[in-house]
Amino acid sequence: MTAPNAFSKYPDAKGLFGEYGGRYVAETLMPNILALEAAYEAYKADPAFVKDFDDFSRDFVGRPSPLYFAERLTEAFGGADIWFKRDELNHTGAHKINNCLGQVLLARLMGKTRIIAETGAGQHGVATATVAARFGIPCEVFMGATDVERQKPNVFRMKLLGAKVHAVTSGRGTLKDAMNEALRDWVTNPDDTFYVIGTVAGPHPYPAMVRDFQSVIGREARAQMLDRIGRLPDAAVACIGGGSNAMGLFHPFLEDESVRLIGVEAAGKGVDTPDHAASLNGGRPGILHGNRTYLLQDEDGQILEGHSISAGLDYPGIGPEHAFLHDVGRAEYRHATDAEALEMFQLCSSLEGIIPALEPAHALARVRDLATELGKGKTILMNMCGRGDKDVFSVASALGVEL
Amino acid sequence: MTRISDTFARLKDQGQAGFVAYVMAGDPDADTTLEMMHGLAEAGADVIELGAPFTDPMADGPPIQRAALRALKSGMTLKGVLGLVARFRETNADTPVVIMGYANPFHAMGWEAFVDAAAKAGADGVICVDLPPEEDAGLREPMERAGLSLIRLATPTTDDGRLPEVVRNTSGFVYYVSTTGVTGAAAGETAVVGAAVDRVREASGLPVAVGFGVKTQERAREIGRVADAVVVGSAIVDELAQQGVAAALELASGLAKAAHDAR
Ligand SMILES: Cc1ncc(COP(=O)(O)O)c(C=O)c1O
Repeated sequence: MTAPNAFSKYPDAKGLFGEYGGRYVAETLMPNILALEAAYEAYKADPAFVKDFDDFSRDFVGRPSPLYFAERLTEAFGGADIWFKRDELNHTGAHKINNCLGQVLLARLMGKTRIIAETGAGQHGVATATVAARFGIPCEVFMGATDVERQKPNVFRMKLLGAKVHAVTSGRGTLKDAMNEALRDWVTNPDDTFYVIGTVAGPHPYPAMVRDFQSVIGREARAQMLDRIGRLPDAAVACIGGGSNAMGLFHPFLEDESVRLIGVEAAGKGVDTPDHAASLNGGRPGILHGNRTYLLQDEDGQILEGHSISAGLDYPGIGPEHAFLHDVGRAEYRHATDAEALEMFQLCSSLEGIIPALEPAHALARVRDLATELGKGKTILMNMCGRGDKDVFSVASALGVEL
Repeated sequence: MTRISDTFARLKDQGQAGFVAYVMAGDPDADTTLEMMHGLAEAGADVIELGAPFTDPMADGPPIQRAALRALKSGMTLKGVLGLVARFRETNADTPVVIMGYANPFHAMGWEAFVDAAAKAGADGVICVDLPPEEDAGLREPMERAGLSLIRLATPTTDDGRLPEVVRNTSGFVYYVSTTGVTGAAAGETAVVGAAVDRVREASGLPVAVGFGVKTQERAREIGRVADAVVVGSAIVDELAQQGVAAALELASGLAKAAHDAR
């Protein structure tokens, strides 16, 4: 093993990952953020809290998720061995529920009686509504009006689960506006409400807390790799919207310097066009939603809309820890276009019998290059962070198929 | 002395509560905003808060959100906001102007460059909504050097443990948000607001302006009895959008009188 580096020690006491992160919120929210941080610090190592998280992860979410050798894709790409961490097999079909479980358990301990969440495609909203239903806590989900129209099945799921869905019409009615609206709700109801943020963004302690809950992915995968092949993978790859599944995969490998960490952003129609969602590859540092990080923005500091065929990736920011890992060079950030994701969506379905979500289909596009880059005898671990059931309608329409 | 402290000293001498009026720069266009600024000063505004539009105004309610989108659509930028301050100063040397906005546009220009340009344009202070004391060193230090006031928000959730931190390093006045919630929401109970104002005044040694939710003359009078100034934003912004400049200025004039005659 290589000597331990210091990459996993962040954030510092101010919630900073190097010069990223922090707590850029209105004063009304500041006391709330500080109380959340204190509660999280108090409970995160509490054996009863950890036991609850582990027990519900096993019995309700279905963890540990399997590690799977993608033999036919390995053959098709003709290079390194490809392994999938099967987080798409979780209850509700994605990694999102790992984080929702942790936050809702914490909300319960803090005596909060109302849960709110933002959602883009609806995956995080469904996962939050699911866990809130399990614990009998009323849940309200903010979703951009445009997304409510586009993602009707998830809206219905949330309602079945007892959640109230607010169609957000402010701004341009997308994910970032849903997040603004959830923050406004929290500003208005600071005492009884717990805001379950869906990715490693937002003010401190969210980026660290969400990462910690999602790190179950990397911890399991690391042990499973050692168990199955007797060594660590040469590269770990994950797609990036806000960056929570990637951070959850990467974090337990941060000090294993032999493991290359590769995040894949959504390039939409291309990073050289205005229609992409690649904050690291096509943005610059700024301040939004409580933290300093790379953002899609114009010269005047106005936030731009992200674009991706995958509704889970079109967020104009990225978690601050990724911004840090990018700048110090511990992780690499590549990108994949809509067209590449569509191609991989079909290829993975037909070769492996796994219909991937469009999000990890982006990661798979870069796994393909990496397989030949690394060559035979090397190993790539990819987080299959979601299943594609939710995407069949949009993929059919992109391919010109009428259902 | 600064324009802001001169203004509050004058109000104190006159035994009056002040009137702080908010207008969004570029809503619906720069020329209208300039007309509004001069009109507000004539209508009795003691301080003008000039909103710098941002795509994601997370602490604002629908009226100011909509105003920001209209302003951005008209092409308003932070440079344009500073340009408006400079044009206002060509004929008004006395009325303090405070720029109110969100961190990212200031950060995008560069904290120092923004402060230099704001000072040169003739601005007197800045309110940066999403920059709590924990994060504001980058903006605060150049502002102190330039002699501009960094005005912070205190809220009902700011407890006694936190208040000294919130008012440290501030100057000019403190902006007390009278209710938990976004701009435009209902205002808090007068007695509760009064007690809070006393607490903030004592902790800061500065005048305290109270806003969020003041829409009517009656309410302005009530707040004016307990606060050093009354802030009105959403109501003026909405009136401007729906009825135009003359109606918005008439509303402001009534609110100014109500605040000035409150005691
Ligand atoms: C399956 C899946 N993967 C990835 C994402 C993107 O989020 P993150 O980057 O936080 O993992 C989403 C978001 O909805 C998702 O549903």
